[in-house]
Amino acid sequence: MKVSIPTPLRQYTGKQASVEVFARTVGEMLSDLTTQFPDLRKHLFSDDGKLRRFVNVYVNDEDIRYLENGNTPLKESDTVSIVPSVAGGS
Amino acid sequence: MALKIGRLAWEEIRRHGEETYPHECCGVLLGEIDGEGTKAVQTAVRCSNQRSDSPHNRYGIDPRELVRIQREARERGHDIVGFYHSHPDHPARWSQTDLAEAHWTGCSYVITSVTNGSAIETNSFNLGGNPAEDENKYFEDEEIRVE
Repeated sequence: MKVSIPTPLRQYTGKQASVEVFARTVGEMLSDLTTQFPDLRKHLFSDDGKLRRFVNVYVNDEDIRYLENGNTPLKESDTVSIVPSVAGGS
Repeated sequence: MALKIGRLAWEEIRRHGEETYPHECCGVLLGEIDGEGTKAVQTAVRCSNQRSDSPHNRYGIDPRELVRIQREARERGHDIVGFYHSHPDHPARWSQTDLAEAHWTGCSYVITSVTNGSAIETNSFNLGGNPAEDENKYFEDEEIRVE
């Protein structure tokens, strides 16, 4: 399936906006992705190996935190999107 | 480092801030980034402010909305190149909250000050640093060229 890479992380995927991965779960997808592009690892995960709090991973239109996190099953037709959060204020 | 933006998109982000006053508005800037880091904005997409608990001085974009915008932009050959929001009755400068919550390095964060319902000043700040070293990120002033 295709993983959509956000603009700031594109520099670590050889400028590719989407990357093809082979995985049955979200955990496998993240593992395949960071094996293909090792520099991505520290951008997605904190030192304790957890997904950084501001990194959102969506399967189609669903947040994996509301599915089964790393155990969320994936189908070939799914689209996975990685989007860092956007917030702030005066 | 510069942000080129079409006249219509420029007017749209300022109008959005006036319409949501005294609350903060927010949205996404779509376009292209060249090899030198110059961003060209073709479209400004409005988002709703998720921070209903404190909308006068905080904003948040629903990640689900971002996913949809990112997908639709790519189908048209565009990318997310930045974001905009307003500062009601506050200067058009980034705040510590803006910096703490910014994670799209290489993208622009455009801020419009709105006073008594009128857009006053609009400034752009490029987020520099390394996404993996969140504590070392920084905003740098960026020239806006309205074209």
